[in-house]
Amino acid sequence: MPTQTRRQSFEARQRKRANMIAAASTFAVLAAIVLLVPLAPGWENVKRSFFNGAVFAKTFPGLLNAFVMDVAIFLWCAPLIAALGLIVAIARDLRSPALYPVRLLAIAYTDVFRGLPVILVIYLIGFGIPGLGLPRPWNSPYIWGSLALILVYSAYVAEVIRSGIESIHDSQRNAALSLGLSGGDTMRYVILPQAVRRVVPANMNLFIALQKDVALLSFIGPVEIFRQAGVYKSLMANFTPYVGAALIFLALTIPATRYADYLMNKQSKARS
Amino acid sequence: MADLKLENVQKAFGDNPVIRGIDLTITKGEMVCLIGASGSGKSTLLRCMNLLEPIDDGNIFLDGTDISEPGKDPQPVRQRIGMVFQSYNLFPHMTALDNAMLAPRRILGGSRAQLRPALEEMFTRFGLHDRMNHFPDQLSGGQQQRVAIIRALAMQPEIMLFDEITSALDPELVGEVLDVLRDLRSQGMTMVLATHEMGFARELADKVCFLHQGRILEQGPPDQIFEAPNEERTKAFLSRVL
Repeated sequence: MPTQTRRQSFEARQRKRANMIAAASTFAVLAAIVLLVPLAPGWENVKRSFFNGAVFAKTFPGLLNAFVMDVAIFLWCAPLIAALGLIVAIARDLRSPALYPVRLLAIAYTDVFRGLPVILVIYLIGFGIPGLGLPRPWNSPYIWGSLALILVYSAYVAEVIRSGIESIHDSQRNAALSLGLSGGDTMRYVILPQAVRRVVPANMNLFIALQKDVALLSFIGPVEIFRQAGVYKSLMANFTPYVGAALIFLALTIPATRYADYLMNKQSKARS
Repeated sequence: MADLKLENVQKAFGDNPVIRGIDLTITKGEMVCLIGASGSGKSTLLRCMNLLEPIDDGNIFLDGTDISEPGKDPQPVRQRIGMVFQSYNLFPHMTALDNAMLAPRRILGGSRAQLRPALEEMFTRFGLHDRMNHFPDQLSGGQQQRVAIIRALAMQPEIMLFDEITSALDPELVGEVLDVLRDLRSQGMTMVLATHEMGFARELADKVCFLHQGRILEQGPPDQIFEAPNEERTKAFLSRVL
């Protein structure tokens, strides 16, 4: 075994000490929660209506089944959001005077949809458009609810991509132009590929938020996990299904968030 | 034919005049070196020749055609005048080969397979054959700069502009890039260099121009500029850098 340098043995001692303190304090906090919470006067009631094992076991498969709908809505919205967000981001950077109306529209679009609560857009579009008396299947809340999510999230994605475009140093543009490439080719082959890559972590965070916001569609009809949990709640007079729904969301969003953080860290390290 | 002629070229950034009336003729096959202190306008002058900076007044003629006319499409001109930058500015998301391939593929047309042999030959010529499929961040500064030169040459330009291309390199890497310039020189490429490599300028330039505060204070063959400068400021500058 190689002998440690003085610095290494000092750092090893420091680490050991830090780990012991962290473990002790974590244990103390956990013990306090486990011991103190059940002392609250309403604990027995809360336990029965939120953490009921029997209800959990009975409703969990149904919830999981309903969650497939959330994932499906997410899956058809996400590519459309990516595409529309990219188009709007590019439209905001158009410099040609003839295309000024397009640019103006893109600016107005991002301003409006970033300025509204998601639930409001879902209500307005989800109830408003089917109210026109469209024939089936065009009165489906799935279509119009999805459209609401697409419109809102594309506005955010567009802004993130635009910030990526602006973060690419001018020297890249100059290098491309000096070769005789057109402005369009410069954007398409040099600026955009770098910009989009740079904002992947930020966009991932948006898509994680989107997966959660799919639950808002329950307010206009689709039976997805949140609405299904509500049905079970009414049926069994018990809130445990909501806890089950929360756990299912977390099982998906926590790994995704961790992954986004990991990408973000990797990127900031690569750039420093 | 590829003569570049500058007449009374002027350029200001806001209230700050950077180029204050420059006349300069670059004849086909000539190598012209611009020397002078930082901020004397060397880089800006090169960027004006490539139309990356629109000039405020004066004219730039390429083979007798005024290319500096405001509102004129700069694209065809830039295809004829290549430029290499101090900080390489390779596209980091593409391999060395793709960096060189992009502009020919989009502008000259032709498939990758058609373009590849000529480019491959160029990579071999500049000692980079085994680096073609590397990304810029896997290459040393000297290698990156040589790829940047290949990228500009891939458009088969008639004139090449070099903006202090060795200034960002570690001293031991400067030689390999200067060798590429020597090679181009022997092929008869028309070149304009902004440079701090006085020895190199003296060895190879046909004409050396000393820039001071946006003007060409003195120009002539290297022997005259380096051995017997007329201007006090040229003497002062050279005594500082030599």
